[in-house]
Amino acid sequence: MTLLDGDEPLPPDLVMSVKDLKVWYGTARGPVRAVDGVSFDIRRGETLGLVGESGSGKSTLGRGVLGLLPDAAEVSGKVLFRGRDRVTMKRRALRSLRGPELGLIFQEPMTRLNPLMRISDHFFETLHTHERGLSKTQMRKRAIDTLGAMGIPPTRFTNYPHEFSGGMRQRIMIALALVLNPAFVVADEPTTALDVLVEAQIIGILNDIKRNFDTSILLITHNLGIIAEACERVAVMYAGRIAEQGDARAVFARPAHPYTRELLASTISLSTTELHYIPGAPPDLIHPPSGCRFHPRCPDAMRVCPTRHPPTVVTELNQKVDCWLHGPDQLIPPGGKESLEREAIGVADEA
Amino acid sequence: MTSEFMAPAGSVEAPTVRPGRFRGLRRALAPIGEARGLPKWVLYIGIGLVLIFVVFAIFAPLISPYNFDQYLTSNGVRFPKSGAPSGSHIFGTNIRQEDVFAHIVYGSRTALEVIVIAVVISMVVGVPLGLFSGYYGGPLDRVLVLIMDAMFAFPSLLLAILIAFLLRGKFGFFGASFSGIMSAAISITVIYIPQYFRVIRNSVISVREEPYVEAARVLGAKPRTVIARYVLGNVVQNVPVIATLNAADALLTLAGLGFLGYGVQPTEAAEWGYDLQRALGEAAGGIWWTSVYPGLAIVLLVTGLTLVGESLNDLLNPVLRRRQLLPVDRREMERSDAGEPQVAS
Amino acid sequence: MSQTKPEATAVDTEPLLSVEDLRVHFALRGGLMQRFFGGSVGSVKAVDGVSFSLKRGEVLGVVGESGSGKTTLGRAILRTVPVTSGRVRVAGRDITDLSEPALRPMRRNMQMVFQDPNASLNPAMDLLTAIGHPLRIHGEDNDDKVRAAVVAALERVGLVPTELFLHKYPADLSGGQKQRAVIARAIILGPELLVADEPVSMLDMSVRAKILELMLELKNDLGLSYVYVTHDLATAKFFCDTLAIMYLGRIVEYGPAEQIYADPKHPYTQSLLKAIPEPDPAKSVPRDLPRGEIPDAARPPLGCSFHPRCPKAFEICGWESRDLRDLVERYWLAHPDDEFERDRRVIGALTALDDPAVTADVPAGSGHSGADVVQFLERIKGEDPHEPTWTGVTEVVDAGSSAKVEFRTDAVDPPLYPVGDQHVACLLYRDGEPDGNGSKPRTRRR
Repeated sequence: MTLLDGDEPLPPDLVMSVKDLKVWYGTARGPVRAVDGVSFDIRRGETLGLVGESGSGKSTLGRGVLGLLPDAAEVSGKVLFRGRDRVTMKRRALRSLRGPELGLIFQEPMTRLNPLMRISDHFFETLHTHERGLSKTQMRKRAIDTLGAMGIPPTRFTNYPHEFSGGMRQRIMIALALVLNPAFVVADEPTTALDVLVEAQIIGILNDIKRNFDTSILLITHNLGIIAEACERVAVMYAGRIAEQGDARAVFARPAHPYTRELLASTISLSTTELHYIPGAPPDLIHPPSGCRFHPRCPDAMRVCPTRHPPTVVTELNQKVDCWLHGPDQLIPPGGKESLEREAIGVADEA
Repeated sequence: MTSEFMAPAGSVEAPTVRPGRFRGLRRALAPIGEARGLPKWVLYIGIGLVLIFVVFAIFAPLISPYNFDQYLTSNGVRFPKSGAPSGSHIFGTNIRQEDVFAHIVYGSRTALEVIVIAVVISMVVGVPLGLFSGYYGGPLDRVLVLIMDAMFAFPSLLLAILIAFLLRGKFGFFGASFSGIMSAAISITVIYIPQYFRVIRNSVISVREEPYVEAARVLGAKPRTVIARYVLGNVVQNVPVIATLNAADALLTLAGLGFLGYGVQPTEAAEWGYDLQRALGEAAGGIWWTSVYPGLAIVLLVTGLTLVGESLNDLLNPVLRRRQLLPVDRREMERSDAGEPQVAS
Repeated sequence: MSQTKPEATAVDTEPLLSVEDLRVHFALRGGLMQRFFGGSVGSVKAVDGVSFSLKRGEVLGVVGESGSGKTTLGRAILRTVPVTSGRVRVAGRDITDLSEPALRPMRRNMQMVFQDPNASLNPAMDLLTAIGHPLRIHGEDNDDKVRAAVVAALERVGLVPTELFLHKYPADLSGGQKQRAVIARAIILGPELLVADEPVSMLDMSVRAKILELMLELKNDLGLSYVYVTHDLATAKFFCDTLAIMYLGRIVEYGPAEQIYADPKHPYTQSLLKAIPEPDPAKSVPRDLPRGEIPDAARPPLGCSFHPRCPKAFEICGWESRDLRDLVERYWLAHPDDEFERDRRVIGALTALDDPAVTADVPAGSGHSGADVVQFLERIKGEDPHEPTWTGVTEVVDAGSSAKVEFRTDAVDPPLYPVGDQHVACLLYRDGEPDGNGSKPRTRRR
């Protein structure tokens, strides 16, 4: 692949476009297909929720689009950002993008702040590295404004990280990611370590970011409720692939993929009236099931499902879904639509 | 980094072990058998080097044509003094008219005896102390840590000399009950107990906080049971690594003691450090064989043990293990159902 | 497994578990010197006067955020943390002061399921050893009997075919399978009481329901009673007969679960319920969330510990100096940068307000007098006169180099007031339902 080949102009309304991205890790038993052919776009100023269970590859995907994977991970496909392909990009060029253009918000805020540095110093260092020529007063104003938008009072600017509570630290981390006005931020499970009330506050902040900062967010989470509260669009990941993506309200109201439907039914919320679960367990990504990876657990599986992977189909509600239930019929062999008779899933494979 | 990042699903595979005796231990050591690439070769080279000396030690009378303190041929003729390597003395003879090759072979016996005794005793003392100190904590722990740290801070060779001095019975503290080998081993043991103690204690302190240890207490297990069944099994994988690394160090200490004249006496056993010291004076006169061969023996055995220790550390330490990602076959990656067509329904 | 269960219904007068005024305080270690000499500088009241009782066959949900003391409470019931004072009775027997050896036989009757299935099984034991070990601890030496009991327990929790699992190590199992194994280990001794500390919070959404279902089955089949410790009111709704909502070491609301979900009385319970994200867009509710986070348990707020975050707090809830600091900081947060730079100099070190007190001395900045501070505070009040903090302020006076702010001294630390079947630690309910009492601000009315 030549460099020119990778550089494609993006449509103006897109911030990032990921095409057939694969991230594999080599192990003694064979490659782990953590991300295996994922494509999605992120529009300007929108929040895309990436939801999946543990081991679905969602965190790897988040790091993959930022170029933060370990060296030994094998990456193919394209991540187009600012007209450049970030998969073929040199490491140094990539690093200079990170920060001013691409930000990352982590799950565990405490480990990301240097306990020996004041909050002010964290901001000065970040601003100094990426935006040379700012005066101290300008830096201070930028930092205090950003912190203020996150609800951190200016009087706390010179405190040390340990003087803040968990939720405050996460706000500081978000402010640190946003102070450089990046076009795109990956938030990897930003509320998982926090309590319900603080989680709700952080969701509120993420919603404000969209309004105030013109930043696109890729919000990675396992909690469908958070997606519903904070995202315009959602991509549902299963076993290294995106099963379904589309407008969040549409996907939640009319899930097109059986996995989305089952996952929604399994989520326990206050309005849940009946316990529901998906039989079986997420597959081993070294030897994933043939064809559609969800077919062994799918209540709607048909004969065609184990034979080949379904192509991506766009439904009338503009959801992109990888599922044979939505056709295309011309690719399904005769008799392929009959339901799949199979041995009952033994609890041996169950979670 | 999150654990998902460091250890992509399935990269740290649970090794499959057939049921049988010592299943737990074999399971803990299973990564050794599954080693690939460089660590495997390092381990093999190390084991090979150590094995040579083990064979020397066990079959010394069969391998060496002479005894280590023999200076007469079977027909009563004296060996040459500092004789150059020749057909009858392949490594030459030394200033005491003994065969250098015999000293190398019998020297491995001394070295391995001392190493084994030293490692076993320091393990038997250090590991339980570390377990109890770490599990119970409190004043006992504080006192033990203080003592061990003090011993750690003391120059190790000096400490060994001191102990060797006391044990050798020069001042009659312990009578003459210890052989030269035993007293050398014990002097070395004293240096290594704090190492086992510290490593075991620190891992016990982290294991103690694990929910499964709390679970054992909730089940009603006595502290003794908790330590033996729940704590020990999860800290014991540190021991082979320290043991091999210590063995290498112990050999150097033994040679140091011998070199300084506080080690095994020349009449009791062949010892490379002492040989080196005797050879020192002659080296200037071009008599190289008396110093090069014992020196080489020390270097090779220490290297062997260190290689084994370091590769065991690489293989058994879970933190280091996770980083071992193997290369992925790119062709396979590009072949696997790439470019699904996008169709609108 | 050994099923020697007493006839639960026959002796129903006695609760299975009763906890009275339980306190668990942890000594705080201070700086280097204290650490060295083992002294302490105060304590954290992780559990501070908790009472409840649990009938046989019932589930009590202990719900709270991290730092509420719910986990410590669960552990204190099983006596794995030292109890400072109070009483714990299990099946009529007081276990508070039993020595560890005396307690050991009692442990057959009370077991625990842990939050993290990945860490609560010994990685060096296969399932046969791990699940059978409780039997051996309690004196069963016969290998065949242990094996038979383990097989029965595995079948009971759905890990079948059992021969596939007997020789598996925890690392070979998925999260849900591990949690099943933990449950099997917990039930093998035939306990009556199970403390489940967030048993599903580390599991994937798609398997949570399965584990909850298993636990409900076990409850019905084996006559278990649970103390279900959780932060998640949504799963508790399925599970619990009675709820105890905890905040900073105390129960703030206690009552039948159904009623609490239908009509949460404590403002804290109300906000917890509102904060749960709802995946169904049609059912999501608007949020008005309490500000801030759960405070440091070593220095809890005066009066009601929830008052600094409470949207309904009023005069006697316990306003104090730290609330004034929060108020000033919130004012600056809401105002542009340059105004902050100007005002900042009026006030000296805000840290003067960090010690809890009902008389706050707000020092003036250099070049400013107490009168300036009073004026500044008046300005803040003028901006939002309805801010509840001011209801607790009796007077603001110029004291030369500082402004003295006096708070009400008649603040009350609310005990649990009975309201119908519920008990609520909130001053809104000190005379029963707030409806008939005109002196208080508006509350939610049904």
